[in-house]
Amino acid sequence: MLIAVAMALFALGLLGVIVRRNMLVMLMCMELMLNGVNLSLITFAQQTATTIGAVVVFLVFVVATVEIALAIPIVLLLVRDKRTLDIGAYNELNG
Amino acid sequence: MIEALLLYLFTGSALVAAALMLVLQHPMRVALALVAVMLSLAGVYALLGVHVIAVFQVLIYVGAVMVFIVYAIMLLDVREHSVRRFSAWLVPGIAGLLVFLAIVAHGIWHDLPEPSAAAAGTRFNLNEFSRAFLSDYWLHFELTSVLLVAAIVAALAVLKVGRRPHG
Repeated sequence: MLIAVAMALFALGLLGVIVRRNMLVMLMCMELMLNGVNLSLITFAQQTATTIGAVVVFLVFVVATVEIALAIPIVLLLVRDKRTLDIGAYNELNG
Repeated sequence: MIEALLLYLFTGSALVAAALMLVLQHPMRVALALVAVMLSLAGVYALLGVHVIAVFQVLIYVGAVMVFIVYAIMLLDVREHSVRRFSAWLVPGIAGLLVFLAIVAHGIWHDLPEPSAAAAGTRFNLNEFSRAFLSDYWLHFELTSVLLVAAIVAALAVLKVGRRPHG
């Protein structure tokens, strides 16, 4: 059951990244995806009575922190440039 | 009995809060919904017996990451109501996601390991975990510290780039 919950959390996060337009909300949905992955890792670690799952979850914690620490300054820069959080305004790379 | 009930409660609230994240308009409410998801997951971890992960989930995710995001929301303070909530990808996104989910579920469902009877009774062993973390996985541990240093330098560089045009 917990694996299904983890998959649902990941799916909701992925859907949020796809359908939402606010950059900060998209970042938070990425965090939701990481949380879903963490839940699946913990569940597998409990089911197989191993420690590697918990170790990987710790590494995911660090990576999530680093990701946010880098993503927020980038978002701040983008907003300072365009004065909007709408992802549709950032289309300079649109060919 | 009560543990199973609490497990259903925590997973249910996590799912409800995650669904709320998709429909709420204001970023601050989305952030609070995400905090609810993380706290519920911390409860699930505690019920599974992995207390150290539950503590770090609250400390790192709710305490550090979410506070950082809330600060960013307050700093930006975007009062634009013109931002549409959903992009044009709403319907294709949902359809594609359902297909993706069906494929993943079909692909992995039969390969999932059965929870072994021996493993079901064992609790998470912190001693064993710490020893494995710092002996078997020492390289990953060191690499995360390198990653943290690189992230600090990169964040400083990003902020410096933003300041250059203004002197």
